[in-house]
Amino acid sequence: MTQFLQQMINGLSLGSIYALVALGYTMVYGIIKLINFAHGDIYMLGAYIGFIVTTKLGLGFVPALLISMVGCAIIGMTIERIAYKPLRHATRITALITAIGVSYFLEAGTQRVMGAGVQTFPNVFVNETIMLGNVRISTQQIVIFVVTITLMVALQFLVNKTKIGRAMRAVSVDGDAARLMGVNVNAVISFTFAIGSALAGAAGVLVGVYYNSINPLMGMLPGIKAFIAAVFGGIGIIPGAMLGGFFIGIVETMVAGYGSSLWKDAVVYIILILILIIKPAGLLGKNTKEKV
Amino acid sequence: MLQVKDLSVHYGMIQALRQVSLEVNEGEIVALIGANGAGKTTLLHAISGLVKKSEGEIIFLENSLNKATARSIVSSGITQVPEGRRIFPDMSVAENLLMGAYLRKDKKGIEEDMQKVYERFPRLNERKKQLAGTLSGGEQQMLAMGRALMAKPKLLLLDEPSMGLSPLLVKEIFSIITEINKQGTTVLLVEQNARMALQIADRAYVMETGKIVLSGTGEELAASDEIKKAYLGG
Repeated sequence: MTQFLQQMINGLSLGSIYALVALGYTMVYGIIKLINFAHGDIYMLGAYIGFIVTTKLGLGFVPALLISMVGCAIIGMTIERIAYKPLRHATRITALITAIGVSYFLEAGTQRVMGAGVQTFPNVFVNETIMLGNVRISTQQIVIFVVTITLMVALQFLVNKTKIGRAMRAVSVDGDAARLMGVNVNAVISFTFAIGSALAGAAGVLVGVYYNSINPLMGMLPGIKAFIAAVFGGIGIIPGAMLGGFFIGIVETMVAGYGSSLWKDAVVYIILILILIIKPAGLLGKNTKEKV
Repeated sequence: MLQVKDLSVHYGMIQALRQVSLEVNEGEIVALIGANGAGKTTLLHAISGLVKKSEGEIIFLENSLNKATARSIVSSGITQVPEGRRIFPDMSVAENLLMGAYLRKDKKGIEEDMQKVYERFPRLNERKKQLAGTLSGGEQQMLAMGRALMAKPKLLLLDEPSMGLSPLLVKEIFSIITEINKQGTTVLLVEQNARMALQIADRAYVMETGKIVLSGTGEELAASDEIKKAYLGG
């Protein structure tokens, strides 16, 4: 039981990171039906921005988190403007291939500027371990969890209760109908990239804090796993990405804890295959019917 | 109020509109009738700024709309109720109405107009919090019209409001259109149900394969042999 709870806590921490990245995948997919394969690299850039802010500027965790989020939002919007917007009416495969190109560009660019090696992320706050019975919880894990939940609540509020959130939902179901209401669809798409990228930036800083090491290719595998999390929950569905992120994180740590860590990646891919066979629309996905 | 002059629209190689000209005067209900594929919806989309015009000009309240964006066209006073209603199914009825008021900033006015919509369509009031996708076809049409009215349009474009509705509901929808018009909103109505459309229209245009082929008052056209044969079933 102790081990189970311990793995659960580790899983929630890892799952928080996946969930934050998965949200960006799902939001961008929801609004322009693009799997933004460069999204994992935004998360990597978020970690690097956090690294620069803490080591070079000597600022603390909270400023690093905020600056990284803002920086990633700007990077995300810029990528959308330069790489995806000109392809708005092209076939989906064109945009998808472009996304892969953007991904390589960001990885190689970071290697060029920051060096290809691993960098050590500084300890930005004192990490203590709290014992709950025999279960260990670190301050880091609590911070990761609290930041993630706060961002998720804020996102839910933004999407469900504000005007821009309504516009985002409108554009995601019917761009032309939204245009007929006077919605500036391009601005809403740009805003969606900003929010999704900011969440990835936050995840990047959190992961830097958690694992203490960052490198230019660190976004590849978590990016794919977050994508699987988004598909698992139902791509395009925001609560689905949250659920999927936590689920994948927990499964991965459970497999590593009880079985073998050699299997943890494979199990995640098996989950992807199973969900695509059993419920391709995802756990929370539904088959939409149109009324004529 | 609205002048369309020699408007042509192409979809790739296909010409959907050929030099269409029409006019809508303030206070009128103007009907645009014609068979499926005649270009009626394309014309409305051109007016709303959703499709690119290849030739011609659209003038609304003395201003050319040729360079206007869909957004500025809405704020200048033209709102469209699109074909198939296109309500936002995953939003509540109230949220759909708020989407209609997207460009308005007067919170109090929006609130008042929302009440007016609920008075006009009591069934929407009962279903305020319900997801729009769960409404019946007739209710969705009412919602689409209510949503358009939330923008306070001077000119309302209606695309096939009777589509898929029972005869009883069609009657209701058409009487609502007349009412909206009486309260000061000019209406351009696209319909395949020519009989109903000509009954309430002050004037009407008939479209065939991207061109306007006939025009006249609603009564004139309803009485014309050509129209009777082609659109009113003898």
